[in-house]
Amino acid sequence: MAAVSENLLFAAFLLYLAAVPFFGGAIKGKKKVDGPRRNKAALIGITLTIIGFLSQFGYFISRWMASGHAPVSNLFEFTTAFGMMLVLAFIILYFVYQVSVLGLFTLPIALLIIAYASMFPSDISPLIPSLQSNWLYIHVTTAALGQAILAISFVAGVIFLLKHVDQTKPGKKTFGLELVMFMIVVTLAFIAVTSIFRMTGYEAKFNWVDKNKKESVMVYELPALVGPHKGELVTQDRLEPFVDLPPVFSGRKVNTVLWSFGTGLILYGLIRLIIRKRLSALLQPLVKQVNLDLVDEIGYRAVSIGFPVFALGGLIFAMIWAQIAWTRFWGWDPKEVWALITFLFYAAYLHLRLSRGWHGEKSAWLAVIGFAIIMFNLIFVNLVIAGLHSYA
Amino acid sequence: MKEVKCECGHINPIGTVLCESCGNPIAAKEKNSSKLLDMRYDGSARRSQTYNKTIVDKVWNFFSSVKVGVWLIVITLLASSLGTIFPQERFIPPGASASTYYEEQYGSFGKLYYTLGFHDLYNSWWFLALVASIGISLVICSLDRVIPLYRALKNQGVIKKEGFMRRQRLFSETDKTLDQHTYEGIKKAMKQKRYRVREENGHILAEKGRFSRWGPYVNHIGLIIFLIGSMLRFVPGMYVDETLWVREGETAPIPGTDGQYFLKNNAFSIDRYETGNEKEVFENAIERAGDGQVVKSYKTDATLYKREGEVVFGEKPKLKQVSEHDIKVNEPLKFDQFSLYQVDFKQNELDQMVFQLIRKDTEKSFGTVKINLLEPKSEYDLGSGYKVKVMSYLPDFYFDDDGTPSTKTRNPNNPAFVFEMVSPEKPKGEKSFVAIQETVEGSDNNLYKMKFDRVETKNVTGLTVRKDLTLGVLIVGGIIFMIGVVQGMYWQHRRIWLSAKDGKVFVAGHTNKNWFGLKSDLGVLLSDSGIKQPVDQKELPDTTSISKSKGEGLDGSSQ
Amino acid sequence: MKKHQKKENAIIYLNVYGEGVLQMKKRRFFIRTGILLVMLAALCYTMYNSVFAKQDRVKEGSIAPNFVLQSVDGERIELKDLKGKGVFLNFWGTWCGPCKQEFPYMANQYEVFKDRGVEIVAVNVAESKIAVKNFMESYGVNFPIAMDKDRQVTEAYDITPLPTTFLVNPEGKVIKVIKGTMTERQIYDYMNLIKPKGS
Repeated sequence: MAAVSENLLFAAFLLYLAAVPFFGGAIKGKKKVDGPRRNKAALIGITLTIIGFLSQFGYFISRWMASGHAPVSNLFEFTTAFGMMLVLAFIILYFVYQVSVLGLFTLPIALLIIAYASMFPSDISPLIPSLQSNWLYIHVTTAALGQAILAISFVAGVIFLLKHVDQTKPGKKTFGLELVMFMIVVTLAFIAVTSIFRMTGYEAKFNWVDKNKKESVMVYELPALVGPHKGELVTQDRLEPFVDLPPVFSGRKVNTVLWSFGTGLILYGLIRLIIRKRLSALLQPLVKQVNLDLVDEIGYRAVSIGFPVFALGGLIFAMIWAQIAWTRFWGWDPKEVWALITFLFYAAYLHLRLSRGWHGEKSAWLAVIGFAIIMFNLIFVNLVIAGLHSYA
Repeated sequence: MKEVKCECGHINPIGTVLCESCGNPIAAKEKNSSKLLDMRYDGSARRSQTYNKTIVDKVWNFFSSVKVGVWLIVITLLASSLGTIFPQERFIPPGASASTYYEEQYGSFGKLYYTLGFHDLYNSWWFLALVASIGISLVICSLDRVIPLYRALKNQGVIKKEGFMRRQRLFSETDKTLDQHTYEGIKKAMKQKRYRVREENGHILAEKGRFSRWGPYVNHIGLIIFLIGSMLRFVPGMYVDETLWVREGETAPIPGTDGQYFLKNNAFSIDRYETGNEKEVFENAIERAGDGQVVKSYKTDATLYKREGEVVFGEKPKLKQVSEHDIKVNEPLKFDQFSLYQVDFKQNELDQMVFQLIRKDTEKSFGTVKINLLEPKSEYDLGSGYKVKVMSYLPDFYFDDDGTPSTKTRNPNNPAFVFEMVSPEKPKGEKSFVAIQETVEGSDNNLYKMKFDRVETKNVTGLTVRKDLTLGVLIVGGIIFMIGVVQGMYWQHRRIWLSAKDGKVFVAGHTNKNWFGLKSDLGVLLSDSGIKQPVDQKELPDTTSISKSKGEGLDGSSQ
Repeated sequence: MKKHQKKENAIIYLNVYGEGVLQMKKRRFFIRTGILLVMLAALCYTMYNSVFAKQDRVKEGSIAPNFVLQSVDGERIELKDLKGKGVFLNFWGTWCGPCKQEFPYMANQYEVFKDRGVEIVAVNVAESKIAVKNFMESYGVNFPIAMDKDRQVTEAYDITPLPTTFLVNPEGKVIKVIKGTMTERQIYDYMNLIKPKGS
């Protein structure tokens, strides 16, 4: 059963990947692409996407069966589920709006998210006592769904900005948009670097002294650019770090971040050298025929649908479960705070749009920031800021 | 309020922008403009915009502004994030002192963090003031808008002036005389699309989803109730938060229950994940985390007792069993208005310590002494003239700053004794100080010694006692909030005006959100009628919009 | 502007409730002030309660809850029996440094006040008799020590930090709660406070 679920996930990945070029082909056509004369490429694209989603859903169910619990209990499981929800959200919005360009951009993001998730331990693991509750699947899946729907507004926002931002006038806007592109490259770099070293089985053991003055062992899976506090390399023939960090920092994590950004920078630099313009400028022709009103509307709709779902799953269900498991429905732990921040941010988005008329470009930038907050909650809060909620 | 009479005869409250009945622009600003009408709040008089005299008005207007509300949300959001930079005081290791911890761990940034008070950010006066301001803003914003809006929507007339219709975002003008058949056809189509159709003199108002306009106000009420609930916590008697540690075998009074309830810890058990005992599929994960390291489950087999008779503290209570329950994480024991949660535990706390009285030269034992570490006896009679007296006992031994033996706590973490060993040879007794891995004899000539034999341990369970009567209020607030959000976000308020007069047909449309949906509706309703599709007169600032082309179908699905 | 206003003033209608302009202004003022005041009051109440920390169950002005405990020597001590005397009710433990500090002072002052109608009851929080007896010898304790082995009384009095001392007057009411250690002078003053009138 476990093997089945792994294969289904892999199949889903391939299907999403296959769907991308079809969506790309779909937007090339000059004719109107909806109604009875449905664009064939788009049809293939969405079919592949749906089959992929079903496959991933199959992964979800079979993994549930294999482990006996909802597969949302660690970082790998949650992030894959988030990717799945993203695809689901896209499918729903596709049927409402029939916008192929949305698929062209959402699926790669979903692929990136699933690949990113795969960098983390994916062993099927049993539940610790605090997770042994039905609320695990009620709270976490709803929260993931809410966040995924909100994430679609990010995709719509990026599409909007790719078309709208004038690439001939370098400034804050081109920088901001390019920053988004850069972060995507960094994620890609993280995935590439981690995968490559994992394939070679790289491992470097360090003896180090943690912040409680205790001796401990830390295993690196990437060559050590920075070492842990008072680190002593045990494994032979491995890279010696250039500098040791103070004990508050986890050497391994900082090292991974450095590798990701470093490689990302180099990769990005290479890409810039080759294409001779900004990545956003490279992508701009893809969105040439996009109706800005429509994309703006989709972005807004995603928030208006996703906001209640997120409030329900990420806050209300969370509070109910926290009261049952942790004696208190709210404890200001970092995960809870960042969920609140996400909620407040999108509340501000809605007020600014509905009462202050912030349509179009302003909305798009807000959607980008909102996604950054969601990603911060997923990555930084889980991995760096420890707490009751930290998974990794 | 002073009223203003519109041309159509309807009397509007002062400050009204558009006549409640016929939509005619009354306010000077709108009257002299030709731009699209500002349809926010349906042109009703937002009360706070109208008055600005006294200080009360100024405060009121401040909190009524959405701009201020958004700022409050944004500042709260930013402030909240500051509290996650370093762990809050409540999360630092137990025993650590905030005044030194932050500086020690995080250097000068940590010191700054502490000095600014950010280590307890969410209880700080200014953060609470922010939240309070949001609460006030919620109340005032809503009151200020909902009342005029309700009036406006209730009083709206079917017949709207041509000027009103021309300046709607969706508008079309067709030179055509509408025959009865087509007219009825349109009405029928509207009703099929579940619009409420009102007619007057050849004018139609088709409306649907008005209830969704109240969504935001409902969700605000939900939030207000939630905030009230969170304030209620401080009313005496509403909230109890206590800790209860109970050893196995012990029956302890439950704090916070006024001596009414007692809990007996029958047994505390804990299981860990081991590769042999679990599903094969978990093996990798268990090995990676450490075989036997990860906790599988832990629970307290507990019995709940209620005290019978009058409560006199300190007296041995007469107890009646109420229930038996396995207290686990996610399964608290609930009784009366209380809940007992499994939060913590201490495994293998020392319970009994066993010594042998040994004659040093022969290594012969003259008796066993089993000492209850919670209540040692002062004398243990071993018979035949052998006695062990406990002269001094320190359950958690250490040397204090003056070098005096003292005890850190009252828990037997590190027991130490001064024994007096009485034997027939030494009837006056020999002294010996005995601690874990440390024996100091009273004199060099001691004949006897106390030899450590073994310990017996017990587990201690850590429970939280909770009473929270505010939960009901919070739940109600949460439900109302969700209803309001769904009500407001998942439906829209759509209105279509149609007037057929003097050889012209005017069609105008308005919605509070989802213009594409409305355009799609109009597309269907006006198909085959010969009436031009309303054009979207609103341009997105600095964007090119294909939807500008006149006369083309504007269904929401263009690419 | 003025001319326009004058013209408008000329067409004054009464609103649906039959109120004129001035009455309307007043009404609006009162409603708004009322709403603001209610919210302010609620906030102040909450702030006051939360800032003035834990709502201690036994505080100044409360009747001291009755209790029955055994002394180290097995004698029965009941608070009710001490009515008519001022009771210096002290909660302590042998591990508590500040408690050790004040015990000698308490012993001294007890000598002075015990004939003046002041009684000390020092409640030990859940320790063993041996530990307490040793302590009494080392610190020259001459006043009654009550053993609260199962912590019923400690819970009833909602004790958090040690030492905590309750000053109970001859009528059984708590007139002061002192958290933390006391100087000898303070102990003298406190005992003076609770001694029965006329002694």
